[in-house]
Amino acid sequence: MNKPARGSLLGIEHLDAKDILALLKLARRMNPQKARPLLRGKRIVLLFYEASTRTRSSFEFAAKSLGAITTLVQSSGSSIEKGESLLDTGYTLRAVGADCIVIRHPSAGAPHLMAQHLDIPIINAGDGMHEHPSQALLDAYTILKHKRSIKGLQATIIGDIFHSRVARSACHLLTKFGVKLTLCGPPEFVPDVAATLAPGLRITRHIEDALRGTDVVMLLRVQKERLAGQKIRLQDYIARYQMTPARLKLARRDAIVMHPGPIIRGLELTAEVADGPQSVIIDEVHNGVPTRMAILARALGKAK
Amino acid sequence: MSDKSKSGSLLIKGGHLIDPTAKINAPMDVLLRDGRVAEIALPNKARGSADEKFDARGLIVAPGFIDLHVHLREPGQSYKETIATGTAAAAAGGFTSVCTMPNTAPVVDTAEWVSWLRNPERAAVVNVFPIAAATRGSKGGTLTDFAALQRAGAVAVTDDGKPILDDDVMRMALRLGAELNFPVVQHAEDTRLTENCSMHAGPTSFRLGLRAMPAAAESAIVDRDVTLAQQIRESRLHVAHLSTSEALKSVRRGKRAKARVTCEVTPHHFALIDENVGEYDTNFKMNPPLRSAADLEAIVVALSDGTVDAIATDHAPHALHEKQVEFERASFGITGLETALALAITKLHREHKIPLTRIVELFTSGPARVFDLPGRGSLARGSHADVTIFDPKKRWTFEASKSHSLSHNTPFDGWQFTGKVLATIVGGKIVHREV
Repeated sequence: MNKPARGSLLGIEHLDAKDILALLKLARRMNPQKARPLLRGKRIVLLFYEASTRTRSSFEFAAKSLGAITTLVQSSGSSIEKGESLLDTGYTLRAVGADCIVIRHPSAGAPHLMAQHLDIPIINAGDGMHEHPSQALLDAYTILKHKRSIKGLQATIIGDIFHSRVARSACHLLTKFGVKLTLCGPPEFVPDVAATLAPGLRITRHIEDALRGTDVVMLLRVQKERLAGQKIRLQDYIARYQMTPARLKLARRDAIVMHPGPIIRGLELTAEVADGPQSVIIDEVHNGVPTRMAILARALGKAK
Repeated sequence: MSDKSKSGSLLIKGGHLIDPTAKINAPMDVLLRDGRVAEIALPNKARGSADEKFDARGLIVAPGFIDLHVHLREPGQSYKETIATGTAAAAAGGFTSVCTMPNTAPVVDTAEWVSWLRNPERAAVVNVFPIAAATRGSKGGTLTDFAALQRAGAVAVTDDGKPILDDDVMRMALRLGAELNFPVVQHAEDTRLTENCSMHAGPTSFRLGLRAMPAAAESAIVDRDVTLAQQIRESRLHVAHLSTSEALKSVRRGKRAKARVTCEVTPHHFALIDENVGEYDTNFKMNPPLRSAADLEAIVVALSDGTVDAIATDHAPHALHEKQVEFERASFGITGLETALALAITKLHREHKIPLTRIVELFTSGPARVFDLPGRGSLARGSHADVTIFDPKKRWTFEASKSHSLSHNTPFDGWQFTGKVLATIVGGKIVHREV
């Protein structure tokens, strides 16, 4: 076991505000339209054990915009199907010349296991219910495009926080900047223990209470199977927690609506909210590319 | 190794004897002859002569330690551990007797397998007392032939690794156990609440994003079992690896009601808590999982006040490839035979001020009573010549790579301890010696 290689990004929890600001500053200097061959000749493996649209494609575009070579390895169609262990897959990819591995995995901690045994930077592109650090960073980047600073903001995250790696990373990131953060949802999705995740978190069961005076509204996808699993009636959930234009009026007039996607229109939010003037949902996806360019440049020591 | 010739004599001189059953806590010499304790005498007052002498000055001499809960992995999983390697680790840890769990491949659910485990060909270095499966294949359905298992030498029954979940099956097991004076050992876990879970439910599991086992998954089963034990006269319930403060309440209730309820606690549950899992260290993954700080405190109190009958290691060796994987996929369990006493002295005695006499009790007379092991757990004249000699003040560092166990899955690698076993004597023969 060793310490993760320099440049690894395993989570937001152990970063400090200074690291985060440096990454965001770097992201602002990245322009996906104007290729910069910072990482020319570097080999980046996208190792995806789980389905992904936006994370995978934006990491790939980010890598290519910087001149890197990428290859995609997925669980189907690779030796993973034949029972190769995660570490053996890691050693193999290292041996074929990977300079960096971007990994998405259904098990929490999988990127940490890789990082403890490989000497190349490991980027967590989402591990189980644990963290999704690049999402939190692109969200911070998005917030900074609309707000002067993160400090002093009031934000709320609404939905299935228990199962959400996006929520965990966002909680760590926002609270590091002193954001007054409220988590909102039924106890099955927002257990009381969630408040222990970071200092200054508050839980409420009432969406009206969560929204009042907030600058940032972050919604999470709600899976119907999970509602059923918790014996929550879909109609009840919608009645209590769906983001509608009327409810959005409780937030500050200039509040932004965020969602990591994929969104389910008619469930956690209405189409009017998703497409409304306060929605920055598509903007988030767009910002994924420069943010991930910054993450990769930092990983491979080209952060200048 | 299997030579059990009982000739010869050994005089342990100059040591400080702690024998809780005999209520001795004083400098005494111990004379062993022909596999039995021949004499306990004041220093230099032993009348009998001895072929061999052991200088125990400055050391504690105690009845041989008994571990009620070990997985030696035979039959079937000798890549993790064998009876030979597991008992060598036991000897190094001061254990002269170990009770083996039946969740092997195949499951030890017949008299034939019980006999196989006890066969000298297994090359055990210490006494092996098999615990047999309570239900066929430990599937939780049909009870095994308790009488035949007992005749073959099993000391108890259990489906360890899994609970006996069904109320009726547990009731029948306790009833049959009551008829035969045979303890039923329960791995208390409501598996309906723990599916796909890999650690204790609390702030740490939430932070790590791991599905987690609520404390109630243990305490609900213990509560039910204690209630059954109170209802069924003469039944004997032993709660394995108890880990939560709630479950202790049920055990106390049963004991107050004079039901024959006993329980054991592992060293890792009084030494570590859920937070120690750190960044997904699989050597901190076991079942029951490391619990909260409040649970640990309650366990320490219960170890001190007599609610807990024994310290048992739940020694659970696993090969490296079963641990060097994603946390959720990693096997449950850690090794524990070689660190148990050191943890007890370092944590319970030095940190929590539990007297050494009580600690010795938890390793000797306590476990001997739980399974009725005659002539063990005490050094009264005529007892088996099983002795553990340790230095309660010796400082040392545990190195997993030097373990006698075939597997090295321990969270205590590199730990600095106070208290070390220096000699282990089984049937009058020194099987482990460091001085």
